[in-house]
Amino acid sequence: MATYTLISSNVLSSSAASVTFSSIPSTYTDLVLRISARDTNTGAIIGSATFTFNGSSGSLYSITKLIGDGSAASSSRRSSITSDEFYYPGANAGMSTNTFGSAEIYIPSYTASQNKPFSTFAVTENNSTTAGNSEIDAWANLYRDTAAISSIAINAYVTFAIGSSFYLYGI
Amino acid sequence: MSDNPTKVIVNCETGVTEVLPLTAQEIADMETARVAAEDQRKAAEAEAAAVAAAKESANAKLAALGLSADEIAALSK
Repeated sequence: MATYTLISSNVLSSSAASVTFSSIPSTYTDLVLRISARDTNTGAIIGSATFTFNGSSGSLYSITKLIGDGSAASSSRRSSITSDEFYYPGANAGMSTNTFGSAEIYIPSYTASQNKPFSTFAVTENNSTTAGNSEIDAWANLYRDTAAISSIAINAYVTFAIGSSFYLYGI
Repeated sequence: MSDNPTKVIVNCETGVTEVLPLTAQEIADMETARVAAEDQRKAAEAEAAAVAAAKESANAKLAALGLSADEIAALSK
């Protein structure tokens, strides 16, 4: 049975453009990052946060996506991109007030000397069946690097709103 | 982007959390990543809409040929 140990967390008391967990210990088997977030941007109903490992800026990430957008299901794929991502609510008038989205990023064997597959599950519920106004994501991801993951940087669509929370667990 | 965007750095080893202003390069990099992700998102939505429209059109044509709804559904199983 997996045992979750909280490594670090941060709940924003002021808006921020990014949150980085640095000096992640290598003493666990897996990492789990749990996020509850909302963006301050009023132009977006749903925005994309990007994240990278170890400060890498190379084309090291690939994503295979299953997406429900409130109206229909779809799938797509992105290969050799410079960051991974997840979707979460913005502050557009089309988004329910004060609604935060949830995301879980599970990274097994984060210290293994091989490329690292990981999963992302995210949901932005907007009580809407209009395409693009809600989103449920189940994604399979790949980070092509053999170094242990020691930092995770999460960049907002514009800025993460006050109250957005970030919890990093070791398994 | 807000006037004074900041970044939060949580050091998991020391437990120390820093709040620092973004550099100009960091702001530019974030904007590049944001635009790329948004472009991809729009492309994926357009592709999904096109596929849905094509399916609807195909089903209508099959129905016009005399296939029942069950027969049309069976084709995609």
